[in-house]
Amino acid sequence: MIAGLAFYFFAFILIASAVTVVTARNPVHSVIWLIAAFFNAAALFLIAGAEFLAMILVIVYVGAVAVLFLFVVMMLDVDFAQLREGVQRYAPIGAVVGGILFLELLLVLSVWRFAPDAAALRMAPMPEGITNTEAIGRILYTDHIYLFQISGLILLVAMIGAIVLTLRERPGTKRQDVATQIARTSTVAMARPELGEGIRREDILRPLPPPAKEAPKPVTHEGGHH
Amino acid sequence: MTEFLNTPLGVLALTVAQALALLVPVLIGVAYLTWAERKVLAAMQMRRGPNVVGPFGLLQPFADAIKMLMKETIIPSGASRVLFLAAPILTFVLAMIAWAVIPVADGWAIADINVGILYLFAISSLGVYGVIIAGWASNSKYAFLGALRSAAQMVSYEVSIGFVIVTVLLCVGSLNLTEIVRAQTTVWFVIPLFPMFVIFFISALAETNRAPFDLPEGESELVAGFFVEYSSMSFALFFLGEYANMILMSALATILFLGGWLPPLDIAPFNWVPSPIWFALKVAACLFVFIWARATFPRYRYDQLMRLGWKVFLPFSLLWLVLTAAVLKLTGWLPA
Repeated sequence: MIAGLAFYFFAFILIASAVTVVTARNPVHSVIWLIAAFFNAAALFLIAGAEFLAMILVIVYVGAVAVLFLFVVMMLDVDFAQLREGVQRYAPIGAVVGGILFLELLLVLSVWRFAPDAAALRMAPMPEGITNTEAIGRILYTDHIYLFQISGLILLVAMIGAIVLTLRERPGTKRQDVATQIARTSTVAMARPELGEGIRREDILRPLPPPAKEAPKPVTHEGGHH
Repeated sequence: MTEFLNTPLGVLALTVAQALALLVPVLIGVAYLTWAERKVLAAMQMRRGPNVVGPFGLLQPFADAIKMLMKETIIPSGASRVLFLAAPILTFVLAMIAWAVIPVADGWAIADINVGILYLFAISSLGVYGVIIAGWASNSKYAFLGALRSAAQMVSYEVSIGFVIVTVLLCVGSLNLTEIVRAQTTVWFVIPLFPMFVIFFISALAETNRAPFDLPEGESELVAGFFVEYSSMSFALFFLGEYANMILMSALATILFLGGWLPPLDIAPFNWVPSPIWFALKVAACLFVFIWARATFPRYRYDQLMRLGWKVFLPFSLLWLVLTAAVLKLTGWLPA
């Protein structure tokens, strides 16, 4: 009962924040609603008993991806008038694309069939007696290790490609060579100074002592206020 | 009584009581951490430190808190009001909810969940939001620059913290924090994994924006960094959040490397001391090193900070991870 209520609670907030992502005027507010949507999706995973997926969703999407989104969006200088103009121009095209996607979804859903193996798996998604972290680990790293490695390799190639495309050698840049800097011995000397004394007294620039003053005249107080 | 505790209301009441029993000591710890920091720094700089309010200045944190409460909350013009006020609350709340999974003694965690370490990692990776939202909502260049620095810094050092955690998990075979501590009964992980402990500790300094990595709040170039526009209680929440995060990171270092609540040797005088006391002592020792580092090292330059995170810690922790996995596999010590 409580799990059911919690499901509808989180699902409702998830959909509401997803709608707000699209309708919010300020792009920064959109990203923040997106983060709220991620959180509620994580809560749904928790209700389904997939605590590992819930935590990974928060770590990867909220902790890393959305931070970068927010990072970029905050630095954008958005011109709202221009944005609105664009909406009017591109709205029909967007509507057509959206409509086609929606029709395709309907077509897929109407003829959806489960493969017999998958249907059996749906009944017992986790083998008995092991945590779902271990269950996912077995599938990813034992049953499908080659596919997993290949997808990792593809991502690595994409990353190297992005670096190669943006890396440029700028002539005349000065670089710090930390190893050389630490390894030099001639410029640095270690010493153990006495407390309050310093290392070499003559190196410390101090103002000369003030010239000796005449002894102040003794002040006589004759009562009254100070 | 036991019947009541099994009803939903009883479970709720019990959880609230447990949360209070944990959070009240944590908050008192935060208050006295600010006092201890000023005293330790003062001793290291041959000064006295706070010594006027109460004996040895012990009431200073409360005097500061009352002063903060009495001040006016200033919201800058052009600030995004809701986000401006939400950011410090978020920072503080995140620093508090992470404590739900910390086991201070065997079985004493409020929520002893299967994926405890992932929960902590997730919560600590959210800390960056408080900073970045504060910087953006303040509508101020200094605050925004501080927030950008902080976001880049926290995301960078999280990567090496992640690898350190994975290395420890390889030796444990479980994501549960209690299991992690129990796995250290024979030897604390600080001994076989000492380099990873060093990396974890330095990354924790960077993750909590503490000296020598306190660039987000570099006074000399950013005034006070991301919270320059904050005053009164909203500033105090940032402050409390930062110190609570320091305690949290020390607790995490204690659990991952220093054997949590376990005594150093399981023999007579040591195992008379109750487990939570051992836990608190180890956390206090870590916190002392936090303060010690602040008194010792000058602030890093920003490019050096990034170099350390990405070019030194990341390759090294990756290498050590592979090495640990290889050693565990070859010697057959891999936990089942």
